[in-house]
Amino acid sequence: MAIWNSHFECMSREEIRHLQSERLRETVERVYFNVPYYRHKMQEAGLGPENINTIDDIVKLPFTNKSDFRDNYPFGLFALPMSEIIRVHASSGTTGKPTVVGYTRTDLSIWSEVVARTLTAAGAGNHDYIQVAYGYGLFTGGLGLHYGGEKIGASVIPVSGGNTSRQIQLMKDFGTTILACTPSYALYLAEALEESNIKREELKIKAGVFGAEPWTENMRREIEEKLAIKAIDIYGLSEIIGPGVASECEYQCGLHINEDHFFPEIIDPETGEVLPEGEIGELVFTTITKQGLPLLRYRTHDLSRLIREKCECGRTLVRMEKSLGRSDDMLIIRGVNLFPSQVETVLLEMKEINPHYLIIIDRVNNLDTIELQVEVDEDFFQDKISQLQSIKNRLANNLHNATGLGFKVTLVEPKTIARTEGKSKRVIDKRKY
Amino acid sequence: MIIHQLSVFLENRAGRLAKALSVIGSEKIKIIALSVADTSDFGILRMIVSNAERAKTLLKENSFSANITDVIAVNTNSEAKYYSEVLGILSDIDISVEYTYAFKKNGDSVIILQCDDNQKAIKALTNNNISLMKAEDIYSI
Repeated sequence: MAIWNSHFECMSREEIRHLQSERLRETVERVYFNVPYYRHKMQEAGLGPENINTIDDIVKLPFTNKSDFRDNYPFGLFALPMSEIIRVHASSGTTGKPTVVGYTRTDLSIWSEVVARTLTAAGAGNHDYIQVAYGYGLFTGGLGLHYGGEKIGASVIPVSGGNTSRQIQLMKDFGTTILACTPSYALYLAEALEESNIKREELKIKAGVFGAEPWTENMRREIEEKLAIKAIDIYGLSEIIGPGVASECEYQCGLHINEDHFFPEIIDPETGEVLPEGEIGELVFTTITKQGLPLLRYRTHDLSRLIREKCECGRTLVRMEKSLGRSDDMLIIRGVNLFPSQVETVLLEMKEINPHYLIIIDRVNNLDTIELQVEVDEDFFQDKISQLQSIKNRLANNLHNATGLGFKVTLVEPKTIARTEGKSKRVIDKRKY
Repeated sequence: MIIHQLSVFLENRAGRLAKALSVIGSEKIKIIALSVADTSDFGILRMIVSNAERAKTLLKENSFSANITDVIAVNTNSEAKYYSEVLGILSDIDISVEYTYAFKKNGDSVIILQCDDNQKAIKALTNNNISLMKAEDIYSI
């Protein structure tokens, strides 16, 4: 299988470390002089740009957390004036405000470059038809794959998410060869195809690039069998750039991290200490080329480990193991990030509802469903069905506005939801990955 | 003329109605009339009982959402025609009925009505010589 940019994807360890050191120095200088937030944090730690010389010095730098986005909402962490920012995306925040990210023209070209690497690794080239069935919009999935597809010269079909029968029809009519969507949607499509009057033999699809949610090897096998394609895992998060931070090659043995742009570390989520090579811990990324929103040691809360062994494909980029879960309570539903605290914020704004809740997530016909059980407040209960229905509808609307997800709201009797200390008890995830 | 009705929020789950009734039953409170309104995922149990305040306290102690709602009770002779006349009097003056149910008493019927304006409804019905039940009479049935 071809390699998009063998110069950067196949560097020797020495070369890449040299490049990373140089790029880290530039990044630190950029944030120190342009982002007051980082300057203060570094000054507090008694650090200046002169203290960062090689990539090994990265451990001296402070971490960045999702809450820093909220505190600097919306554009406070940007390192360049808005006149240089040509695109904004956003994802869920832990409470209230979304996490906002900005891109300069250079950033968008870096993003296209890394997605181009993924698509090339999946076997795509300029004769391919890429159907992008990720959502387009503030979510980075759709546009991320879109620009990467254009970069390699493929014919991009920006169909966006949903409308499954049309997806299948277009796949057939346009001769789609590469599908990009969430793995659960790929499975849903596969099953819808079996039930449709279009046969697999009428489709030209050969590979899929799937991500934005965790999925297991079992799920991969199912997708590969049902659609008769190669299923490639793509990893990313909007804070770092979006999809394309890392992705698999044809050997499917871990995801190659584009470490010439995003420097990975694995830390102990409790102590923040960097763990010995190969151990499982929390993934942390420093962006070393981004202009608009450079981030130092951003804590992803994704659990993984790094793999240094040589890969058969010829790429020397370090690999990360398929994400092994989370070190916080973030949930991923239909590719959308959700923090229970977002739900809590909505509930606290509605006096008719007790703030006790239970989130139940399931997967029905390969699509995630989310139910929220809440207790009717005893003092508010008034004997009218219309009133209870209106509370339910208002709550579902508020939740949709706050999270972008469609919740099924169920009203339950008081004190039937267990009172627990930990937020994790407030979520029942019945999905089997 | 205002009757205190007991309303209880019920989840659509097996055993909830039985549980609510057993809570009230523990103190020999009598149920005079009962109706359950149900939707796809919850229901409201509405009852006229011999001691609504006490029943509400018992239910609350057992973690039910319960409330007292004002309703009126009309004596009728069981004929549909009579029932429709009562409703006609109310609709003529734009009073809407939120819900209604009925129970049998000595060969006649008593209609429970919950109107958007109970006082206005009482006045209109009384002016039209419709007989309403007094609270003390209904609780002691």
